[in-house]
Amino acid sequence: MNFTSPPYLTQNVSVQRIMLKVLAALVPAIAAYVYLVGPVILVQIGIASVACLLAEAALLKLRDKPLALFLGDGSALVTAWLIALSFPPLAPWWLVVVGSLFAIVIAKHLYGGLGQNPFNPAMIAFAVCIVSFPALMSQWPPVDMGAGVGEQLALVFGHAPRIDAMNGATPLDALKTALKLGEGHTSVGTIMADAAVFGRVAGRGWEWVAAAYLFGGLWLWQQKVISWHAPLSFIAGMAVLAGSLWLWDPQQFASPLFHLFSGGTLLGAFFIVTDPVSGCTTPKGKLIFGGLAGALAYVIRVFGGYPDGVAFAVLLLNIGVPLIDLYTQPAIFGMKGRKP
Amino acid sequence: MTRNELRQIIANGVWKQNTSLVQILGLCPLLAVTTNLVNGAMLSLATIVVMAMSGAAIASLRNLIPHEIRIPVFILIVAALVTIVDLLFNANLHDLYLVLGIFIPLIVTNCIVLARVEAYAAKNPPLQSIFDGIFMGTGMLWTLSLLGGLRELIGRGTLFSGIDMVFPGLQPLQLLPDDYPGLLLAMLPPGAFIVLGCLIAWKNWVEARAAARNQRRTPEPVSAAGCH
Repeated sequence: MNFTSPPYLTQNVSVQRIMLKVLAALVPAIAAYVYLVGPVILVQIGIASVACLLAEAALLKLRDKPLALFLGDGSALVTAWLIALSFPPLAPWWLVVVGSLFAIVIAKHLYGGLGQNPFNPAMIAFAVCIVSFPALMSQWPPVDMGAGVGEQLALVFGHAPRIDAMNGATPLDALKTALKLGEGHTSVGTIMADAAVFGRVAGRGWEWVAAAYLFGGLWLWQQKVISWHAPLSFIAGMAVLAGSLWLWDPQQFASPLFHLFSGGTLLGAFFIVTDPVSGCTTPKGKLIFGGLAGALAYVIRVFGGYPDGVAFAVLLLNIGVPLIDLYTQPAIFGMKGRKP
Repeated sequence: MTRNELRQIIANGVWKQNTSLVQILGLCPLLAVTTNLVNGAMLSLATIVVMAMSGAAIASLRNLIPHEIRIPVFILIVAALVTIVDLLFNANLHDLYLVLGIFIPLIVTNCIVLARVEAYAAKNPPLQSIFDGIFMGTGMLWTLSLLGGLRELIGRGTLFSGIDMVFPGLQPLQLLPDDYPGLLLAMLPPGAFIVLGCLIAWKNWVEARAAARNQRRTPEPVSAAGCH
């Protein structure tokens, strides 16, 4: 959140208003999803929202907190939408529910509710599910899978068998596997030209979802809901590392552009590392936090075993947030160089 | 030993100073072994035997052991007793022995044993020390069983898996439907930490409610120090 110097102008900055703007900023990406995959994403968002709101209501009641105030602030909805968008769109419904419950009950309320959670709830949901159900969490449908809405819903609600043809790997996964199989004899260029899963810069179709995140994120920045520090340093952290390895060996390492438009990079950059609760609050701290998270996400996704590294990188850096904030506190005005 | 003394030993061991929930001792076996109820319970039973015997031995010898070198002497005595238990396990419950593996010999270095020997058996008569060992172990037994049971149930949907290694002929229970996908996280060490954290929170919640009901001050939290 922004703290500016006086004179103050009255401005309506409530938690609710900020959360509504974040939700609005996610709309372009949802629209891109609907266009590319189908309206099934709206069902997933609905499932996650219902699960998150019910869990939030139950926990608030258990903790004797005012229901209307905290349910109305929209923070649970933001978590729900981020969960639905970071999970595979054809994930079975219970996977989304498990993730949502984990996010709200364990990651948020057991730590003291909104404002107290050290870890980003949506990323906890993602990490828990990818550790527990790696196969289901790695199956991303190709954009032109050709299945109708009914077929997709049947998959989500478990009425249809999950066939491999309908569940491809993510572009990141496809590239990693192909490079490993090639054992140094293939190059990123030929892999990307051959496989249908790749588009112009990254995953075919998915690059448009990433572009929509970028657009929504820039709007959030223009609206002063988020500052530029964390997103820019996150993108820079990943781009610098990806760029140097790419320059060193362009055959074996994909271009920085590929990494920026793949997986959860842009979702993470604008909607996850900017979390005012679990991220850093000082400007310098945001730069350090974002940069390290971006670099770590690259390392985990390229050299690790999981399809994407954004969630793990953000969670690992979340642990370091109190320390980073402690060492980056700006000097008090008028107290030259004196830290509070 | 008076009845009151015994009651206090039982209350301390099973609830008030529960090794896993209050003293947070012996986390290493706790994390590694409680992937199911049977493993947790059997390791606790082995620890109970070791603690009762080491309590008896050290309390009887407590006036003969020079104060300055008491810790090495305690360790030697405990190590001898653990070796006995280890060999007994190997001979009679060989399958389970293979599962529990290194954690039976490691009872020697389990801080629960050394902590009770140092804090209790070295200062009290043998009979009390035996009971202290048994009930401290019982506290560990129910906690590790509960933890193992919960992890097993959430992680795989079964209960008592591996029971056939202890009682041949008994079958594990399949409580959740066969197509339960299982939450792998619960079976991994982080799952043990999360479930243990929930159990500690539950115990604190129960005590806070009891304190509120009795209209008395909440007892001071016992300072907990992690070990292993």
